[in-house]
Amino acid sequence: MDRKEVTSLKEFICIICPVGCKIKVDFELSSLSASGFASAPAIKSIHGFRCQRGEKYVQEEIINPKRTLTSVVSLKNGEMPMCPVRTSVPISKDILEEMTRNVSQLSVEAPVKIGEVLVKNIMGSGADIVVTRDLNRMIN
Amino acid sequence: MEKPIIVIGAGPAGLQVAISIVKNFQNKEGFFPPVIVIDREKHAGGILNQCIHTGFGLAEYKEELTGPEYASRVLQEFRQLGIELRLSTTVIRVDENKMVTTLSPHRGLEKINALAIIFTTGCRERARGVIHIPGDRPAGIYTAGLAQKFINIDGYLPGKRVVILGSGDIGLIMARRLTFQGAKVLAVLEANNFVGGLARNVVQCLDDFNIPLYLSHTITDIIGKNRVEKVKISRVDENMRPVWGSEFELACDTILLSIGLIPENELAEMAGVKLDPSTNGAVIDENYMTSIKGIFACGNALHVHDLVDKLAVEAKEVGKNVAEYVDLSIGNSSTKGSLEFNAGTSVNIDENIRYILPHKISGKKTVKFHFRVRKPLNDVTLRMGNFQKRFPYLLPNEMSSVTIPAEYFERIDGDYLELLAVKGVKKVKGKEEDSELIQSQIVREVKIWIEKKLPV
Amino acid sequence: MKEHNPVKSNTYKSSQNFDGEYEVIIIGGGVVGTSIAREFSRYNLRISLIEKEDELSFGVSKANSGIVHAGIHSRAALLKEKLCARGNFLYNQLKSELGIPFKRVGELLVVKEGEDVNELLKFKSMGEENGVPGLKILSREEIREIEPALSKEIIAALYAPSAGVVNPYELVYLLAQNAIKNGVEIKTGEEVISINDRIVQTTKGKYKTQFIINAAGLFADRISNMVGIFDFKIVPRKGEEYLLDKKLRGLVSHIIFPLPSKNSKGTLVIPTLDGTIMVGPSAHEIENKYDLKTSDDVCWQIFEKARQMIPAIHSKHLISTFAGNRPVPVSLKPISERTPAELNEDFIINATPVPGFINVVGIQSPGLTAAPAIAERVVEIVKEEGLELIPSQSFVAHLTPTKKLREMSDLELEKEVRENPDYGKIVCRCEMVSEGEMKQAIASGAKTLDGVKFRTRAGMGRCQGGFCSFRTIEILAEELNVSPLEITKKGAGSNILVADITHRKSN
Repeated sequence: MDRKEVTSLKEFICIICPVGCKIKVDFELSSLSASGFASAPAIKSIHGFRCQRGEKYVQEEIINPKRTLTSVVSLKNGEMPMCPVRTSVPISKDILEEMTRNVSQLSVEAPVKIGEVLVKNIMGSGADIVVTRDLNRMIN
Repeated sequence: MEKPIIVIGAGPAGLQVAISIVKNFQNKEGFFPPVIVIDREKHAGGILNQCIHTGFGLAEYKEELTGPEYASRVLQEFRQLGIELRLSTTVIRVDENKMVTTLSPHRGLEKINALAIIFTTGCRERARGVIHIPGDRPAGIYTAGLAQKFINIDGYLPGKRVVILGSGDIGLIMARRLTFQGAKVLAVLEANNFVGGLARNVVQCLDDFNIPLYLSHTITDIIGKNRVEKVKISRVDENMRPVWGSEFELACDTILLSIGLIPENELAEMAGVKLDPSTNGAVIDENYMTSIKGIFACGNALHVHDLVDKLAVEAKEVGKNVAEYVDLSIGNSSTKGSLEFNAGTSVNIDENIRYILPHKISGKKTVKFHFRVRKPLNDVTLRMGNFQKRFPYLLPNEMSSVTIPAEYFERIDGDYLELLAVKGVKKVKGKEEDSELIQSQIVREVKIWIEKKLPV
Repeated sequence: MKEHNPVKSNTYKSSQNFDGEYEVIIIGGGVVGTSIAREFSRYNLRISLIEKEDELSFGVSKANSGIVHAGIHSRAALLKEKLCARGNFLYNQLKSELGIPFKRVGELLVVKEGEDVNELLKFKSMGEENGVPGLKILSREEIREIEPALSKEIIAALYAPSAGVVNPYELVYLLAQNAIKNGVEIKTGEEVISINDRIVQTTKGKYKTQFIINAAGLFADRISNMVGIFDFKIVPRKGEEYLLDKKLRGLVSHIIFPLPSKNSKGTLVIPTLDGTIMVGPSAHEIENKYDLKTSDDVCWQIFEKARQMIPAIHSKHLISTFAGNRPVPVSLKPISERTPAELNEDFIINATPVPGFINVVGIQSPGLTAAPAIAERVVEIVKEEGLELIPSQSFVAHLTPTKKLREMSDLELEKEVRENPDYGKIVCRCEMVSEGEMKQAIASGAKTLDGVKFRTRAGMGRCQGGFCSFRTIEILAEELNVSPLEITKKGAGSNILVADITHRKSN
């Protein structure tokens, strides 16, 4: 596959916090292949961020965009029918939908505690599936 | 019996207000009455429990928490302080003498004579009827928050092919949530020419999944006998009238509405609390006290917040004021007279601003004003006398704030002072991109003015 | 026309191949059908009522103005006006026996500047002819005194104190409840598909009967066609209604009528029993009997008209909208051969040439008012047709009133919650409806979200079910012992939830 030099000017809206900084980036895709980026793109200029997290977000968003997955799993014998969960760290956007489907199949027995790990290193992503709320057993 | 302080609603505002009141009591001398938080639900935390997505607590905890995690943090502090929480308890009546009537399955009917009441009753979603969406009335039309409850609390999907009307945050969040759960979100429609929710939610909830967002579009017909079958969509002009010939159809089984939130104030109204028709929240003074002495309002019951973090800041401030008020009214205060309640100087706005809080100030205290504009404005400078603050932009979907130190009020001459928002006109010089603010071309764009109480 | 022989109630002995045998089958579970069912339940008869919708009152009776008319709009020569006057009178009895939600608020027929004041005299004399009590023409000043919110443009009005407002769907449920108590069998979600020689075939069974009462509302022509009667059709005439926020409570205390047009009584301002104000209805013929759409144009027109009478009304007060279709009877005879009754779209209530088949059709306005009188009339017809009517010894006319939490005093509430903690669980906060009332509604036959809503008002307030429909679905699923996926808004096909996102099994 041919490699070619690509430069791109792109505007990102930072999603790290609700401020939503508009960050303008001028970057050089030094080695673009059909499968994606082979190496880190060279950022020629970047402005518009109000904090360092914004800069980091854009760099990551260009190379490997990540998101935190949140969902619910079925809670057996619990005071509520469902238990909310999240990934411990953001995961690659590409596996987000597949992971959601996998997480939907999970179920857990009440009681659960916030922070409890349901699945370690799910799909080899490095992220754990973690409970985000204390839930007791059903009374009666 | 000692009169307690009653907080109505155990969502984030109610919990934070209660925490703040008790903490402020701890810093004062003397004995203080108990604080009781009442909520009709089985669990504290309010709407946070169904907001399983992240985005909460960045300012407060420096972490990106989910709604339930944020609620847990707050509840932990709440419990440590030993504050009384009455759940599954509905307040059915509040009167002007601060008599609170509650009903619960385990305690029956109770009447509590309160020393102070804080309304933290949250808000409700605008429903279909309020804006009259023409067409059939089949199953499959839900507010976004109700759909969120269906999925996140009960684990049921309300639809498979979904059109979302309105671009409020809950609608955007639900677009992503539905997509995750295998539903197809066909479009998000917004009648305005700007988005109702936060920009980050457009990126991570719509753009991430290639969900089209149609600005200046609305539903002109709903078709379906038993369940929604399709919708007709039209572009709208600046007067919100459908543009002839722009109509198209989408086959779908579900319509979600994310067309705004309205503060819930039926109980406050019952007590005789004066409401601001532009927010449907209470009219408040700079201490967040309503038109009735000893009754306060806070959180989404007062005005709809974009972020729980901003709400938490407000709740802490309200808690401090309530503690002060209680301290004054039970007479063991050393800080007597430091707050002036229900002062008579009113704050006015012109038609560019949708609302401003507080409605009344004393002119003796530094005030943080919160406001929302009606339309997006660029490069706005707010001025009051020598006070000046520049905003690169003001957006209707973002609550804006400006803090004006007390000394600026003291220099008020005459009956009122204007807080002017002036719009800078950009002039492009040559081919350069940089612009210049031309003083002579400043146009008065927004006006907030403060009317001093006339001597009686 | 009465060719057939009178039949005795004990003629049929065999029960072979039938899912039920009755003396009377009533087709249609609206206010007309349930009124007739209750009236027949006074006698020793086996009675069944068949409704195609999943719940009673889900046709014409659910969506109308809820007005008990005084009877000033047409002449007593017409059957509908005769029955309207009698029906209005019978509402007193219904209220005392069944505790129906009904209040005589009175009506004002108003005349604007530029309209003919003498029109009022015409309606007054018609009303007097119909026996309407207490009619009075009011001057500008007198009107202002009793209805201060009326426009300054209103120059005179005809006052009819006997007009009232009723919750039509609640009326249906109470009539049915009483009928069931007196032995009537009610079948819902069951559609009649053929009628042959006093045998009624439905989607669920086959029943033998002596008399068939066709009270099928909008679909009465279809039922008539099944027995070979083709001399009329039912044309739906749509009416859109707009419900306003309770904040306007007390703004209007009488039903306000403009001068009527040819095919409707006009756009009214109605103070409903629930404290809301309703404006409407519109009136226009449509083709599809299921078409219950509302439209922006009509919405705009209705507010425009309502504001001419009560200027304080504004579309920003809107909380809900609905549409209903009037079953207008249209004769299929050439116009020159039509009787005055047919030309005036009068009710058709008669024994037909088909033995045992009684038509009660074209019951549009004032059908709600006339319903109790229609029921009396139908019983008379059936008696003339030879059915032996022996008063039942066990008939109970009264219902013990069901308790509504929002109407209880603090003392009653306290007592009720102690006896039944479910009354302490408020599910619908806008209308103050408890879990106890919802469970009671389900026990009395509600099986859909709308069924619970129309029986309890849960979801009818300003949040329009945003908060409570979730819990209502849970309660319905628990009480009916089904999955929430099976709960519908208003019957088959209107499921609210479409899939379980987990793989849980029901317990």
